[in-house]
Amino acid sequence: MRRFLLRRFISAVLSLIGATFIVFVISIGADDPLLLYAKPGGYGVSPEQVQALKEKLGLDKPIVVQYTLWFARAAKGDLGKSIFDERDVSKKIAERIGATLKLGVASWIFATLLGVPLGVLAAVKRGSGWDYLGRFVALFGQAIPNFWLGIVLVLIFTVRLDWLPSSTAGEGFISIKHMIMPVVVLGTSTAAGYLRITRSAMLEVLDAEFIKLARSKGVGNSLIVWKHAFRNALIPPLTVSAILLTGFITGSVVTETVFAWPGLGRLAVDSVAANDFPLVTGITLIFVAAWVLMNFAADLMYAIVDPRIRLS
Amino acid sequence: MAQKTRDESADFIRGPGFFARLRISVLWRYPVLPVLILLALLITGIFSPLIEPKDPFTQSLRARNAAPAWNSQWYEEHPRVELRYLLGADHVGRDVLSRIMRGAQISLMVVVVALGAGTVIGTSLGLLAGYFRGPIDEAIMRIWDMWAAIPFLLIALVIATVIGNSIPIVMGLLAMVSWSAFVPNVRAEVLSLKERDYISNARIAGASSRRIIFRHILPNVLNTVVVIATLRIGGLILAEASLGFLGVGIPKPTPTWGNMINDGREYLSSAWWISFFPGLAIFLVVMSLNFFGDWLRDRWDPRLRQAG
Repeated sequence: MRRFLLRRFISAVLSLIGATFIVFVISIGADDPLLLYAKPGGYGVSPEQVQALKEKLGLDKPIVVQYTLWFARAAKGDLGKSIFDERDVSKKIAERIGATLKLGVASWIFATLLGVPLGVLAAVKRGSGWDYLGRFVALFGQAIPNFWLGIVLVLIFTVRLDWLPSSTAGEGFISIKHMIMPVVVLGTSTAAGYLRITRSAMLEVLDAEFIKLARSKGVGNSLIVWKHAFRNALIPPLTVSAILLTGFITGSVVTETVFAWPGLGRLAVDSVAANDFPLVTGITLIFVAAWVLMNFAADLMYAIVDPRIRLS
Repeated sequence: MAQKTRDESADFIRGPGFFARLRISVLWRYPVLPVLILLALLITGIFSPLIEPKDPFTQSLRARNAAPAWNSQWYEEHPRVELRYLLGADHVGRDVLSRIMRGAQISLMVVVVALGAGTVIGTSLGLLAGYFRGPIDEAIMRIWDMWAAIPFLLIALVIATVIGNSIPIVMGLLAMVSWSAFVPNVRAEVLSLKERDYISNARIAGASSRRIIFRHILPNVLNTVVVIATLRIGGLILAEASLGFLGVGIPKPTPTWGNMINDGREYLSSAWWISFFPGLAIFLVVMSLNFFGDWLRDRWDPRLRQAG
């Protein structure tokens, strides 16, 4: 158990370093904007001044050194300053992260509440209308491009019916009206994933010997489904949670762009457009860290739910 | 199996109608509709320049945001637009249907190349990891772990701004995403195959590792590889469309389904068809691919159920 978690922890840290390094290298490797000023016929900044500025920003050192310096500062919570408005990257991220978390948590609740019960129902009543509804939702949810779903929802509920607002997060802490569409858009494919996995896990467990034994013993149906089968069928949905939740990271970038949601995803798109590399790298760090954390939590849950892993 | 056949012939003698028989025998057991949609995509993809109703790049001021052909009212109000646009025209008067068809060709090309590269890389790494075990296995699986934690859409955003976006870059990005699905499944398959007697026999007979991998193991994992590849195409099409939608995919004016949806966003209230139809195309194609992939998996490799 301890070895298992230690291994997972090490690979999580490696992921964090690897991903931020890639983004760091790509963003630093860009044609240096400073050179524009120093070129003959440029803006009259001398090469010496450029050199001084480079030294000040640490851009003259080898890339690995730059990265190490950045990482050491990041570990202390200092992500540098935004090039665009010279404000602290960590402050800019802190302002936006709430909106993204709000959207993510709400979407995850939506996906779980839609996917897991429908998956159980589809498996228990196999071949019935519920099963077909489940299969339909699963196919639909995994095939529909989320940005298009967003656009179609806006078309119906904002343009045609004028029921729901199509942009920003609205006033106050939670504005249900503003949240409905983004949550559906972000949560649909995750709901479909949960549904598929819950259904197949349930089917597998319901077929097991111990369920037949419980049935022949005369245990009631709901007890069999919820106590004996469901608890065992929970393991696969738990373990894929991490994979499904990665969808939230890219999903939030797209969803926040469609609905002008004031979160990190849109900040990422805007900062890339503005060539604001400290900000881009900072946001990537947050996203990867979130992913790694979720992954680690899933491993932990996996170990808690399944004694075979805990004891081995 | 024999039991099943007898049941059906009994049905036949009792005489269900023609359509009921068709439903039982073909539509239900084989994914007919998805295959038809995919065939249509393939044909459109290959022959699109020949069968497009209009040129996908020709702009027309008069036909700006022209309505789909069934909206007669629009065409009566705009008598100078002579030929109707089947699915309407976009904000600069280009035919939406023709652009969807050309977009099919481009998406197909990008996805096929990316998936091909991803399949070769992923399968090779899976074979190596499963066959040699030890430090090679450890290294490959750690890289795989790490890779899976990288949000590629963000990386794509950065690359597109820094290096610029072009078709080869999009292909490369998608290839980077596509290889990882193959590794764990192929590896697991190889691990179980390696324990079989025929592999030991081949080794005793003096076969080299290379020969064992290519002659005796690879042919046996091909089913798995094809199934995973089929299940992955849909995801890649969606990824490519997301890039196009965010404006970092294949550069305009080349039509792709993603950037067409992006084009139409500002005209939702006046010309919904610009965004709607390309998205519908993505949806139908990905749905068909997933359906077909599921069917293939159930037939060829039911063990992959969990992986899907």
